[in-house]
Amino acid sequence: MKKLPLSLLVVLATVLFGSKSPTYDLGDDVANFTLKNVDGKMVSLTDYTSSKGVIVIFDCNTCPFSRAYNDRIIALNDRYASKGFPVITINANNPELSPGDSFKEMASRAKKKNYTFPYLVDETQSVAKSFGATNTPHVFVLKNDAQHFKVAYIGTIDNNSRDGSAATKKYVEEAVDALLTDKEVPTAKTKAIGCGIKWKE
Amino acid sequence: MFKRVFVILLFSFEVAVAQKAAIVKFDRIESIIKTTSNEIQVINFWATWCGPCVKELPLFNALTIRQDAGVKVTLVSVDYADKIGQVNKFIARNKLKPEVLLLDELDYNAWIDKVDPGWGGAIPATLFVNTKTGQRKFVDKELKEGELEKYIQSLKN
Repeated sequence: MKKLPLSLLVVLATVLFGSKSPTYDLGDDVANFTLKNVDGKMVSLTDYTSSKGVIVIFDCNTCPFSRAYNDRIIALNDRYASKGFPVITINANNPELSPGDSFKEMASRAKKKNYTFPYLVDETQSVAKSFGATNTPHVFVLKNDAQHFKVAYIGTIDNNSRDGSAATKKYVEEAVDALLTDKEVPTAKTKAIGCGIKWKE
Repeated sequence: MFKRVFVILLFSFEVAVAQKAAIVKFDRIESIIKTTSNEIQVINFWATWCGPCVKELPLFNALTIRQDAGVKVTLVSVDYADKIGQVNKFIARNKLKPEVLLLDELDYNAWIDKVDPGWGGAIPATLFVNTKTGQRKFVDKELKEGELEKYIQSLKN
């Protein structure tokens, strides 16, 4: 019997069993997305097919944890963009519930902190939902495997939201360092307290 | 007469002074979840900086003030421990009656699953436990009017 492609099985499973769409898990292929950047230009995941991977971070302006991690997020791009793993940040917060996360405020933050990476707005929140992002910040490290972006790490940036220099486990750095040296990601999934994404009703 | 006045004054003083939050580690939370008691344990995870958390606190406050038999509310703040002063000011300003614990445990990944394996870590989140039957109900979103009572009742049956 011919083997059914995984994508078809997933669709069948969803139709048969799922009222909820499946979210990405480790090893899954990530579908392309196209979102608007703070400079008004559209950015797609497929723009990165010559990169080794991408560090996708669901982030926002307002959450105190996002603020606590802001410099560390900038540092991740500084450290890894030149090595082939640039950062892409995505704000999925509903600005009606969180006015501080309006497009205008996002642009203001990106300018103030001199972002050298995209800060995209997920207006319909569909990208956040497909990833299964729940908090901010929420990191998904994707590895480029022959033009397919596969999920290699899901979770938090490190184990000390308050003080990065006191963190004993820098999960994202460990994951990307492992991917860059073709080693297995030591801790592939983590969780952290954070502000929930502000979903639309 | 003076003794009676003194007792009344003392009682008033106790009621007027707001309780303070205790800084704890996760083992304290674990003991609330696991120690058998006659009450349904209602453990709410919140922070002073979390808008939706603050918005639903009156529901927990009202529940404690009503002193429903068989219910114990614990508010677990995840504010940073050095913000204890702010937390205590918040308690006083908002006249919070339930016990407030400040969970000083920054390695979140080490304990989130112990509260509930399905929890992504977003707050507010509330864990309801019937410590006699071991039955749990976990809600990782903001609660609305009437929902607290509904979940408590579902665990009492």
